[in-house]
Amino acid sequence: MKHMIKASATAMALALAATGASAEGKLVVYHWFEYIPQDLLDKFTAETGIEVTMDTYDSNEAMLASLKAGAIGTYDVAVPGDYMVSIMAGEGLLDTIADGELANKGNISSDWADPSFDPGRMHSIPYQWGSTAFMVDTASYSGDINSTDILFNPPAELSGKINMLDSQGEVMAMAALHLGMEQCSTDRDKLKALNAMLQEAKGHWASFNSDTAKEVLVSGDVSVGMIYDGFGAKARSEKASLKYAFPSQGYVVWMDNVVLLKDAPNRDSAIKFMDFLLEPENIAAVSNYARYGLGVNGAGEFLDPELATLPESNPPAEAGAGVFIEVCDEATQAVYDKIWTNLKK
Amino acid sequence: MATPGNDIKSYPGFRFITIACLIILYAPLVVVTIYSFNASKSITVWEGLSLHWYADVFTGPDSGKFKLAARNSFVIAIIAASVSTAIATLAATAMVRGGQFKLRTVSFGLISLPLMVPEIVTAVATLIFFNAIGFDRGLMTILVAHIAFCIPFAYLPISARMQGIEDTYEQAAMDLYATKRQAFTKILMPLMMPGIISGFLLAFIVSLDDFIITNFVKGAGVETLPTAIFGSVKQGIKPNIMAISTMLLGLSIVMVTISYFVSKTDNTK
Amino acid sequence: MAGGAASGGSATTDTYKDARGWLLMPAWSVLLVLSLAPVFMMLVYSFLTKEFRGGVIWEFSLAAYDQFFFDRGLFGDDPPVIEWTYLTIFWRSIWQAGAATILSLLIGFPTAYYIATRPENVRPVWLFLITIPYWVNLLIRTVSMKFLLRDQGPLNDLLMSTGLISEPIHIINTNLAVQLGLFYSYLPFMVLPIYAAVERYNFALSEAAADLYANKWVTLRRVLLPAVKPGVVAGCILVFVPSLGAFLAPDLLGGAKNFMIGSLIEEQFKGNAGNWPFGAAASMVLLTMVLIILLICARQQSKAGKEV
Repeated sequence: MKHMIKASATAMALALAATGASAEGKLVVYHWFEYIPQDLLDKFTAETGIEVTMDTYDSNEAMLASLKAGAIGTYDVAVPGDYMVSIMAGEGLLDTIADGELANKGNISSDWADPSFDPGRMHSIPYQWGSTAFMVDTASYSGDINSTDILFNPPAELSGKINMLDSQGEVMAMAALHLGMEQCSTDRDKLKALNAMLQEAKGHWASFNSDTAKEVLVSGDVSVGMIYDGFGAKARSEKASLKYAFPSQGYVVWMDNVVLLKDAPNRDSAIKFMDFLLEPENIAAVSNYARYGLGVNGAGEFLDPELATLPESNPPAEAGAGVFIEVCDEATQAVYDKIWTNLKK
Repeated sequence: MATPGNDIKSYPGFRFITIACLIILYAPLVVVTIYSFNASKSITVWEGLSLHWYADVFTGPDSGKFKLAARNSFVIAIIAASVSTAIATLAATAMVRGGQFKLRTVSFGLISLPLMVPEIVTAVATLIFFNAIGFDRGLMTILVAHIAFCIPFAYLPISARMQGIEDTYEQAAMDLYATKRQAFTKILMPLMMPGIISGFLLAFIVSLDDFIITNFVKGAGVETLPTAIFGSVKQGIKPNIMAISTMLLGLSIVMVTISYFVSKTDNTK
Repeated sequence: MAGGAASGGSATTDTYKDARGWLLMPAWSVLLVLSLAPVFMMLVYSFLTKEFRGGVIWEFSLAAYDQFFFDRGLFGDDPPVIEWTYLTIFWRSIWQAGAATILSLLIGFPTAYYIATRPENVRPVWLFLITIPYWVNLLIRTVSMKFLLRDQGPLNDLLMSTGLISEPIHIINTNLAVQLGLFYSYLPFMVLPIYAAVERYNFALSEAAADLYANKWVTLRRVLLPAVKPGVVAGCILVFVPSLGAFLAPDLLGGAKNFMIGSLIEEQFKGNAGNWPFGAAASMVLLTMVLIILLICARQQSKAGKEV
C-alpha cells in the first residue's frame, strides 16, 4: 500500500515537475520569486546546457530557518541580503570560492569588491542593491523631508499617518541613525534612550506593514512610509506627489548577493552560474527587470537609460551616508530583540 | 421529503443575513476582479480598462511558473482533501458509532492536534522530521503534510453530522440481514453525504490556501499558488495575480453553474 | 474532553464497535507521525538551549519558559518580576479570536440554517457559493478587504453617500479591523459544520414545539439549538482555534502595532529573533491553553447534556 502510494506519487511528481534528468548538468537555485527574468535563465541553459531548477523563499530569515532545518546540501546557490551573507558565513553555511575559480571576478566594481559583509568576496558575488528609507506625500506636507525626524519625531500634521516596515533590522538601523548611535551598541544609557525614543515614536505611527508598503502610500492611507527605493519608484509612478527621502542622518543600503552554498550538489554549475551573472550584459538584464542597482563594471550600455535618472536610486550630494545593517553578537542582539518586543507588545 | 409548514422553518431576518453574508464574502472579490482589468501596474489606482494582465498570465515571462503553480495547487488540494476526508470519515464512524472506549478522548485530542499547533511550528518540525528520515522534499512531502493538516477540518463537520443521525436506519437494515458493511455503505454513507461534502470542501480550501507549511516542506522547483504569490511580494503585488484569481473564480463559478443544472435535471425526488 | 465535538449528540452508538480499531487506524498512523511526532519534538526543543540565529543546542535549559514568565529588564540582569508582555499578547489574541468567533456565529448560524432549509438539490450549490471566495489566495483577499475598508474606500463612500454617516468611519488599524479580518478568513469554517448538523434536523420537533404554543425564538433556543449543538461546537472550534494563531489579517488590517500569538511565534522561527526554544515554549503554552479551553467546553457540554 505504502509503496503504491509512493510510486504513484513519484510518477505524478515526475509528470508535474517536467524536468528532464538528461541535461548535461543541473543547478538548483534558492531565490526570491520573480527576482530573475526567465529569459535570462533560458539563456544560461542555452549557453551551458545546464538545467536550472528554482526554489523560492519570501524572506532572508525564512531561507536561513529552512537551511538550518536541514535543507542545506540540496541547493547550489542562494541570494541572501548583505547581513544574511555574514550570518550564513558565520554559521558555516557557505562554501569558499577559491582564487581564480571565477573567471569574471574582476568585473565586480571596486565599490563592491570588498564589502564589510563578505571581505574579499570569498563566498558571494553582487546581485542587486538599493536603499531603504522612506517616502513622503508632498501634497500633504511641504516641509523638509530629508530628516529621520519625519519618522521618529514627526511634525503634528504627519503624526498618525506613518507606516513603518515590519522589519526589525531596518527599523532599528534607521533608529540608530536618528540617534547618531552605532547599530550594535553596548552602552546601556544609549540603549535605554533608544528604547524610550521608539516607545515615544510608536504613538505617531499608524501601522507596521511590509507587504503593502507601496499600496498604503499610493492609496493615501498614510502620508509617510518606509520603503525600498525600487518600490518607491513604482509608488511615484502611481502617485506623483510621493517623494523618496535621503535623510541627512543617513539611510540604509542593502545588497542581495549570489552565494555559493556549502555541500552544493552541483558546485561546478554554481560557479558557471556566478560567472554568467558577472557578465555585464546578463546582470544588466536583471537590473532592467528588477529595477535595482548592480555591482559589475561595464554594464552601463546595457542598462535601461531611465534607471540612471531615477531620483530614488541617485542620492543628492547633501544626503547622509548609506549604511548596511550590521550583525550584532548574541548578547547585544538579545537586547535589541527585547527592545523590538517592547515596541510591539 | 415531506416539508412541514414553511412558516415553522423560516425565521425572519435569516434570508437577509444570508444575503449580507454573501455580499461580505464577495465584495473583496469584486475589487480583485475590477483591478485585474487595470491598464497600469497598480492595484490601488485605476488607470483604464485593459486585458493586458490576462495576456500576461498566458504569455508573460512568468506565465509558465504560475500555470505550474496553479496545477500543483489543485492536484495537491484535490488529493489531500479526498484522502483526509476518507480518513476523517472512518475516524468519525469509530468515534460516533464505536461506543465508549478508553482511547476515545485521546483520539479526539490527536485528531484536533493539527488545529491547535501553530502552523509555523508544524512547518519547522515537519521539515526537520522529513530531513531526518531522508524523505526528499517535493510534491509528495507537501501532499503528506497537507493530508495530516486537513484531517481536523474534514473531521469536525463529518462527526457533527453523524451525531445527528440516529442509528435506527442501520439497525433496521441489519435486522433485514444487511451486513455491517452494507449498512455502512448503503445506509450511513448516503445519510452522511452533506457532512462529507462539507468536510471535503473545508479540507480543499485549507489545502489550496496553505502557505506556511507548504513553504517549508516544498522542494526545489515545486511552487504552489500561495508560495508563488507570497514570494512575488518582493516585486510588489501586480494585477496579474488579480487576473489569475479572477480566472479561478470564473472557473469555479462555471463549475457551480454546471453542477446546478445537473442537479436540476436530477430533480426526480 | 472527547466531548468537545464528539460526544455531545445523543446518537452515539456502538454499531461499529468491532471495527473501531480498523476505522481509527489510518487517522492514528497519519497523525502520530505527522502531528504528534512534530509536537513532541517541539516539546523537547522548548527545554533545550537556543542556538543563536535559529536552531538548538542539545543541553537542557529552562531559559525559554523563564523568558516567557519572568522579566529581567532590558539587559537581563534585573531581579525577576512577572513578565506581562507575553501574557498580554496571549490575552489579546484570545479576546480577538473570541470576538471573531461570536461574529462568525451570529452571521454563520442564520446562513447555515437558511441554506439547510433550501430545496435539497440546490444546497450543494449554496455550499459552493460560500466556499468559492476561498479559492482566491488569503493574501489577495485580505489586501482587497483593506482596500474596501479604507477611510476613503468604497465602504465609507457608500455609507456617506446614503447619508448614514457624515464622517468616514475609521476601521483600518483598529481592533475591529482585526476581528473583521479573522471573521472573513474563517467564516465557512462556521457555516459548513452547522449546515451539516441542521440539514439533519427533524423539523417535526419544531412543529411539536409550535403545537405547544412555543414561539419561534423559544423553539430556536430550546429545541433547534440543542439538537444541532455538535455542529455549532465544531464550527466554533474551527474558527476560534485557527484565529488564535492567525497573523495575516492582524498584520495587514490591524497594523501589526501589537503582536498576536501567531506573529510572535512566527518571528521566533523566521524573524530576526531566531529563538527556536522560545518559539517552541510559546507554542506549548498555547497548546496547553487551547486544550484547557476545549476541556471546559466539553465539561459544560456534557453537564448540559445530562440535564436535558
